[in-house]
Amino acid sequence: MDVLYFAWVRERIGIPKEKVETNATTVMQLVEELKTREERYEVAFSDLSALRVAIDQELTDFDAPLEGVREVAFFPPMTGG
Amino acid sequence: MRVVVQEEPFDFGHEAQAFASGHSNMGAIVTFTGVVRDADKGGMDRMVIEHYPGMTQKALEKIAEEAVSRWDLGDVLVIHRHGELRQGDMIMMVATASRHRVNAFEAAEYLMDYLKSRAPFWKKEYTADGAEWVAAKDEDEDALSRW
Repeated sequence: MDVLYFAWVRERIGIPKEKVETNATTVMQLVEELKTREERYEVAFSDLSALRVAIDQELTDFDAPLEGVREVAFFPPMTGG
Repeated sequence: MRVVVQEEPFDFGHEAQAFASGHSNMGAIVTFTGVVRDADKGGMDRMVIEHYPGMTQKALEKIAEEAVSRWDLGDVLVIHRHGELRQGDMIMMVATASRHRVNAFEAAEYLMDYLKSRAPFWKKEYTADGAEWVAAKDEDEDALSRW
């Protein structure tokens, strides 16, 4: 699946988008998997209360299932308007 | 209903006039415009708004559709910019048309509250000291609970 990062999450991880092969069944499992990769992921995902997640471009929760999902995006709380 | 996400500036006067004159039997037109102000600590050179291209349009349309379903509206307009902006530039506007003003005002406030914290935009302020992401405010999240 495609994993996208925005705002400071993108800056901390250092890339806007990557393809991830995973057996994770929930967003939380994917996060745990990414955190074990490298320190920059560990830093970016250190405080999940400061993060939001979207699945296939719809806001969702960290316990959401990943089955059939094409795109997951992580970002800070939005500041539109 | 019209929802526009764009990098280039929009002409507020033209948009408001076109929106207001496009309807019959609408007794109330409300418009709101968001303008770039200085950073809280001052000295802002520019602001850059990042967004999530695949999601932004859909998220804004969903918010506008929800407003139409909750209030008796004749029409809704949402324009939101991204990219580089300077102090005094218009970031976004909403307009609502209704037979009566209460619906038009309330729906415009609803749109604004949701645009603040449910539309995938992120603001970064550049000052002489460097750049900082604007933090979301608790009160903006709390504002959603009144709807």
